[in-house]
Amino acid sequence: MTISKNPLVFRISLISGLLVLWALVYSVLKRFSEYLTYSAFHLASGTHIGDALAFFLYETPKVIMLLTLIVFGIGVVRSFFTPEKTRAMLAGKKTFVGNILAALLGVVTPFCSCSAVPLFIGFVQAGVPLGVTFSFLISAPMINEIALVLLFGLFGWKVAALYLGTGLAIALVAGIVIGKLRMEKHVEGWVYDMRMNGGAQASQKLTWTDRIDYGRQAVKDIVVKVWPYIVAGILVGAAIHGWVPAGLMAKIMGAHAWWSVPLAVAIGIPMYSNAAGIIPIVEALLSKGAALGTVLAFMMSVIGLSLPEMVILRKVLKPTLIAVFIAVVGVGILCVGFLFNLVL
Amino acid sequence: MKKIQILGTGCPKCKKLYEATQQAVKDLGIEAEVTKVDDIAEIMKFNVMSTPALAVDGQVKATGRIPKSKELHAMIS
Repeated sequence: MTISKNPLVFRISLISGLLVLWALVYSVLKRFSEYLTYSAFHLASGTHIGDALAFFLYETPKVIMLLTLIVFGIGVVRSFFTPEKTRAMLAGKKTFVGNILAALLGVVTPFCSCSAVPLFIGFVQAGVPLGVTFSFLISAPMINEIALVLLFGLFGWKVAALYLGTGLAIALVAGIVIGKLRMEKHVEGWVYDMRMNGGAQASQKLTWTDRIDYGRQAVKDIVVKVWPYIVAGILVGAAIHGWVPAGLMAKIMGAHAWWSVPLAVAIGIPMYSNAAGIIPIVEALLSKGAALGTVLAFMMSVIGLSLPEMVILRKVLKPTLIAVFIAVVGVGILCVGFLFNLVL
Repeated sequence: MKKIQILGTGCPKCKKLYEATQQAVKDLGIEAEVTKVDDIAEIMKFNVMSTPALAVDGQVKATGRIPKSKELHAMIS
């Protein structure tokens, strides 16, 4: 058989082959990690070192494989959405409907915190209301597709759905609140003064071959960059798994310690980690009895509110608005934390 | 002489695009002036919302990504 010269056919065959291989390897990971730990290394099951190693040898390839698959899929999906298209959809939308749409689009539009400023200006100048713009700016980093699918892979669809639903709710409510507070005067004046060349931009037509390459590029960019964080995260997770007694976390981060939620948020806001690195820690904390609400609140404040992003946004927002932004989102995350600890 | 501008506020990707463009100009052997635009007000004049972006003679060719070298060659030549 000759390899097809058609680049699309070639890519699709390659992807199909890789998918089959992926599924085969994935299905034997658990057994392989146990074989390595307990048979090849002769460690006894139930010992600290044995459990920690088995955890590490299983979770590391599992998380990295899941991540590769997800990042590729999302990369292809994202090639359909651009900030320009999103802005066109949001321009002139009213509060509420606009906020809902903005929160949803925040999930699928490619976003990097280094583009937050041009994106903010672009939205505001196109007539997207400030509150709607904030719904987008909150949902885009907070609902992270990597976190979403890793939560799904590690804890099942319920936790993933909770994360998605509450993340959207925070973006929606916080955006509406900021809109109602009439914060327009706390945006740096030059943002409104600036004139934009309304000139039409050469639209970039993408073929399916381009979209597949876009996904492949995303894998290259993201997986290559985050794998050391994942390994580090799983190492910490493995240590917690093997050595930290189950009751300890329940005491510190359990549902009965009411102060644990605000504490988790206070620690999480200045921390900045990528979503992929934080999930293994989340898993380990949960498995040792930490309450789901506390852990979710911690995770959301780490990835949703970050110091570097605030520094970047300071260019267009006055300190008052930044403070309001942090406060409103922080309170939203607190509510989510308390709510889950109460209900579950 | 062509005027090639790299629009970006200084993220790692912007630097990469700048380097790739310089390399592409060298490969093609064309006369071009490659400059970085990192002032946000200047960038917004191009109506660009995702950086890095590439503009050739004032025309935006790509936004939010680093084009592959073949594509880049076509854009600047």
